[in-house]
Amino acid sequence: MTATGTYSPRPGAAPLGRMIAAQAALETRMLLRNGEQLLLTVVIPTLLLVLFSTVDIVDTGEGKAVDFLAPGVLALAVMSTAFTGQAIATGFERRYGVLKRLAASPLPRWGLMTAKSLSVLVTEVLQIALLTVIALALGWSPRGNPVAVFLLLVLGTAAFSGLGLLMAGTLKAEATLAAANLVFLLLLVGGGVVVPLDKFPEAARSVLELLPISALSGGLRDVLQHGAGMPWGELAVLTAWAVAGLAAAGRFFRWE
Amino acid sequence: MHSDPAVPVVQIQALVKRYGPKTAVDGLDLVARAGITAVLGPNGAGKTTTVETCEGYRRPDAGTVRVLGLDPVRQAARLRPRIGVMLQSGGVYSGARADEMLRHVAKLHAHPLDVDALIERLGLGSCGRTSYRRLSGGQQQRLALAMAVVGRPELVFLDEPTAGLDPQARRATWELVRELREDGVSVILTTHHMDEAEQLADDVAIVDAGKVIAQGSPERLCRGGAENTLRFSGRPGLDVASLLKALPSGSSAAEIVPGSYRVTGDVGPQLLATVTSWCAQHGVMPERIAVERHTLEDVFLELTGKELRA
Repeated sequence: MTATGTYSPRPGAAPLGRMIAAQAALETRMLLRNGEQLLLTVVIPTLLLVLFSTVDIVDTGEGKAVDFLAPGVLALAVMSTAFTGQAIATGFERRYGVLKRLAASPLPRWGLMTAKSLSVLVTEVLQIALLTVIALALGWSPRGNPVAVFLLLVLGTAAFSGLGLLMAGTLKAEATLAAANLVFLLLLVGGGVVVPLDKFPEAARSVLELLPISALSGGLRDVLQHGAGMPWGELAVLTAWAVAGLAAAGRFFRWE
Repeated sequence: MHSDPAVPVVQIQALVKRYGPKTAVDGLDLVARAGITAVLGPNGAGKTTTVETCEGYRRPDAGTVRVLGLDPVRQAARLRPRIGVMLQSGGVYSGARADEMLRHVAKLHAHPLDVDALIERLGLGSCGRTSYRRLSGGQQQRLALAMAVVGRPELVFLDEPTAGLDPQARRATWELVRELREDGVSVILTTHHMDEAEQLADDVAIVDAGKVIAQGSPERLCRGGAENTLRFSGRPGLDVASLLKALPSGSSAAEIVPGSYRVTGDVGPQLLATVTSWCAQHGVMPERIAVERHTLEDVFLELTGKELRA
């Protein structure tokens, strides 16, 4: 045995921070490279924002349409990345043994999950920047407390991530693909994204308001359109979903 | 950094692993030392389950497993940086390029190999910007192998590393595995190819129905069972008794069918020379002379009563 060969053992894990950063960068690149994911996270929210702001299809109540639509589309952007996109990507990573292979690498499992969250947050920052620029160009005049907006976005991300990972870690990849897209569509319509919830009958409305998407879109709208302070009710709903979703994902997620 | 050669790289005692009502591994014992160990057996013998228990993926239902002296489940964080893993399939983002994935795995290690050199060495340069899902099966296999070694591990687990490869690619993989050993990396590989175990391994563990039924160097395993055989054809009715007298004791010689002769015993160069010189003395031209070495295939057949590639 020589000590100087090409393959001579010199094992060791990279520093944790570097591993997580590398993993987050790779996950983000995979997401931005995937056409279907971009359709979901960028094209659909942008189209909805531009279309409904410029063409009078839905009655968005008093004031400029864009002031109603921009908060809803931001909520949709968060859902598309944290829930739909993350569920589909993670489901297929599980199916193709990516999660399994990474579990044998020096990166701990919690490190992989942290990297996934970072990648979701980076993507959301890019989405929000793009949608904000477009909305401002369409005459959006946002108001309200930026801290409240930040809290809503973070809690919304946590709530949707928990639900997305729960789905990805328990269902088959194909089932996750179908279900995540269906849920996206249903919540797009019934979650106050572009259609005001007051268009629904009273009974349906009280249920729809408890959905995470409604809490996020409603909360963002309260703050950004109406200049409300802390939307405590919506924050509470999102916190409940986040705790329940992440706990269930932690309990039931299967890596293979 | 080398593992202590006195400590086995893998030590498995009475391992049991069940999946529901099915017992995949049934009281398996295995000690693997530095070098190349092949875990050989038919599909469903429990090879992958055994290896995946060593890699920390499976929790034993009974028995103990130690890899580099560590418990693969409870001491996973200490073990993982020291081992390299090649899964039987998959393990790569379907949208990632080969070099991108390899560079990523390299970044998870403190002192990785030179990625460009490894890409060159395994002929992965031709993959270019192709995403993983569009690579050929052979390219996917080579990438998985590269990912297993890029972190400069002490011990590499290769699960069916040459399954589905063409002969040239198989030889290239064998060559790399030999280089790993030369540089002091231990290798545990599973295979259901006899020739792979025979060509490559210092030590072979034959697994059947969840147990190790024989273990040793390929030479020792092949010597252990029936004797080797030499066959030749000549004119019918040769004086077999006279031939037998020329042979070392313990040999046998017989005319199986007229004109077809079989000699068994310690068939080596000396015995071959004895047979041919006897033929020369008796004016016999031995045609179609053939030495049949006892192979692992025969050993497996004797031990289990079944063909390996059923």
